[in-house]
Amino acid sequence: MKRYLFIALSGFLFGFGLSVSAMLDRHRILNFLDITGDWDPTLFFVMFSAVLVTIVFFTFILKRNAPIFDNKFRLPARKDIDTPLIAGSAIFGIGWGLAGYCPGPGFAALTLGSTNAVLFCLAYIAGSLLSRFYSRKKSN
Amino acid sequence: MEFSHYYPAIIGGLLIGTSACVLLLFTGRIAGLSGIINGILIPEKGETLWRVIFIVCLLAGAALHYYFFDHPEFNKDTFSPVLMLLGGFLVGFGTRMGGGCTSGHGVCGLGRLSLRSLIATITFMLTAVITVYIFRHIFSVL
Repeated sequence: MKRYLFIALSGFLFGFGLSVSAMLDRHRILNFLDITGDWDPTLFFVMFSAVLVTIVFFTFILKRNAPIFDNKFRLPARKDIDTPLIAGSAIFGIGWGLAGYCPGPGFAALTLGSTNAVLFCLAYIAGSLLSRFYSRKKSN
Repeated sequence: MEFSHYYPAIIGGLLIGTSACVLLLFTGRIAGLSGIINGILIPEKGETLWRVIFIVCLLAGAALHYYFFDHPEFNKDTFSPVLMLLGGFLVGFGTRMGGGCTSGHGVCGLGRLSLRSLIATITFMLTAVITVYIFRHIFSVL
């Protein structure tokens, strides 16, 4: 049960951090992606400092045999570079550029009472479910 | 622009990185938002409750800061429902197909030096930049 306290803490820190760094403001994201316009480096600093933390501490954490409240780490095992990875990421990038939201900020922005966030999340759910249906059909 | 203007971005990034470390250290799971949301939409046995708790607390954390702490006001949105719907759909479709988003591939994948995540991150950054260029500077709709 104790593990849920830390899951709650993790989710809380993530959401708090998204708002602190103004990532709930999709204009800040679009202005970061607009490298030929009036470039806003905010997202660069967010990514840079987040990755700095994970690069340093993941190394130590993954030296353990297991996490504190489970018997093993649940990490993606795949190492190959395949078409769905590239195509899926490319499609995600196009959607990110259009909406200005990636999944975290898009869902977190629901708390701001923004209609745009509601539309984004509903469409996200439809896209995610259809993608699952499509990949199942393909593998059958 | 003064560098101090970006302190909130750096502090926010450090909090997000810390969040990913807490989740990995205590539960062994990756703090990838698309993976967590997709995992709620199509549940796997024993993997739903923690995901729901994570998302609820993420919303609470965002709301607490937004409503109770000082911060520069966010830009008021120009309403573009078609772009939100199309964008949201492609983000949902693409992140499930590509197995991650800015947090899963970006923050966590790069943190564990995964080549797949590096390729994914470069790909979605690139197509996002191209998309914004086309829709803002050629079609003038963003």
